[in-house]
Amino acid sequence: MLRKIKFVLLAATLIFLVSCKREDRILRQPPPSDETFNTVQISGLNPGANPIPTPPPSNMYEESAYAVSEGQKLYEQYNCVGCHAHGGGGIGPPLMDNNWIYGSEPGNVFATILQGRPNGMPSFRNRIPEYQAWELAAYVRSMSGLLPKGVSPSRSDEMNVKPSEFQTPKQPPTGITGQPEQPK
Amino acid sequence: MTLLTSGVSGRLLAQAMPLEPGRHLILHPGTPQSSHIEWLYWVIFWITFAVFLLMILGFTRAGARAHVDAIEPLPVTKSEEADRKATWAVGSAVAVTVITLFVVLVLSVVTGKRAGGLTSKNPITIQIIGHQWWWEIVYPNPQADQTVTTANEIHVPVGTPVVILTNSADVIHSFWAPSINGKRDLLPGYSSAFWFKVDEPGIYRGQCAEFCGLQHAHMGFSVIAEPVDQFQAWEQQQLKPAPDPTTPEATRGRAVFLTHACLMCHTIRGTDAGSRVGPDLTHLASRNMIAAETLPNSTGALAGWILDPQRIKPGVRMSPNPLAPDDLQALIAYLRSLQ
Repeated sequence: MLRKIKFVLLAATLIFLVSCKREDRILRQPPPSDETFNTVQISGLNPGANPIPTPPPSNMYEESAYAVSEGQKLYEQYNCVGCHAHGGGGIGPPLMDNNWIYGSEPGNVFATILQGRPNGMPSFRNRIPEYQAWELAAYVRSMSGLLPKGVSPSRSDEMNVKPSEFQTPKQPPTGITGQPEQPK
Repeated sequence: MTLLTSGVSGRLLAQAMPLEPGRHLILHPGTPQSSHIEWLYWVIFWITFAVFLLMILGFTRAGARAHVDAIEPLPVTKSEEADRKATWAVGSAVAVTVITLFVVLVLSVVTGKRAGGLTSKNPITIQIIGHQWWWEIVYPNPQADQTVTTANEIHVPVGTPVVILTNSADVIHSFWAPSINGKRDLLPGYSSAFWFKVDEPGIYRGQCAEFCGLQHAHMGFSVIAEPVDQFQAWEQQQLKPAPDPTTPEATRGRAVFLTHACLMCHTIRGTDAGSRVGPDLTHLASRNMIAAETLPNSTGALAGWILDPQRIKPGVRMSPNPLAPDDLQALIAYLRSLQ
């Protein structure tokens, strides 16, 4: 009996320790290397017959609720809201839908932020440090429900009578890296 | 009468604890407002000190008298005389406690009224906006180009009443300079006002007094009280845009500032940098301290702060800036020229 209780307590402690990871504050860790982001393909065209599949780099900041909420703060402070609004779009395309013009992988979003894109998206290279671009990429992906619920910010920073952008149900990405868009 | 002398004897104790630079102490008031608070502090101190002495006296007497053998139980007395005595003793003790607490309460309310009332006219107005983890200081003016914006160091003229308007940009902070006035909470989206008048020129340190996040403990500020003419000269200097760099190194430093992460958050009036996320750096070199009164404004501290603020204040909003050595030297030369 005592052994059973001990076992249950140990298991509960372990579960607690694991679940605390989302609260980890990454204050002094190097971001994932940017050497890899160019391996994410955003075009279906390949020279030769068979493309060599390369696994897209993962974004360690997508596991930390702190990093994603930092991304949320930066999204406001660096004036992403100026064009993309709070996900709904305006001058720039909306970010909370399932349509990803330049790919939905973390590396795609990271490259979009740092390199800029035609027709208006400025390049933030040398303007913001890379780890902030990764945090922003994590936040942008959270807006269409691509991040686990436990990591996404639970509420918007604005006073809002509508449900926040994080309540969006998961939008499976379409476009080049996702499934072809279905005609409505 | 004892209440009046309590303040005087307290001053003697305060002199034993001098106010060193970078420290703040409630025992060194610099304004009439903080003198009221200091007076209340000493009144409560001596009342509680007297209570403490009485307690020790009572314990000592009881300890000296009670030689009860542990094996034999205490005799239970059952007489009306003893009952009445006990009731009287407990009743009067409760009464004395309630009266003492009530007196302290009344004195607190009276002190709050005396420290809070606005009695002077023609004050200067300063707006203080709390940020995680620094203070934005604005001297508002109906003419927009006559508005001074600075950070963490509040210059005030001596002998002039100052009205502080509070607000917060993110979470609740609390403005507390013990030598100036009591604590004032800075609430996001809600502006409140209080006032003070500094009598003696000097630098009075303050500190955020409401837990506001990782770097709450290093969210300091200072109130710099100076004669009126000095204050006006400072204000005129602050109104000017940043001076153009005069040396080739500083010119390069300005280019570094405008092509790196600096301009994403900071303003230097007179250049393209105009973001309002971090402190206004237009006259950075005129400040004594950087990083919310954490580091001296010296070349070395500035270099360390720019390269890796996360090492000095983990969690702070400023990102590390791995600059090349000569870029960093040029940038610091430029920032040090912003008088």
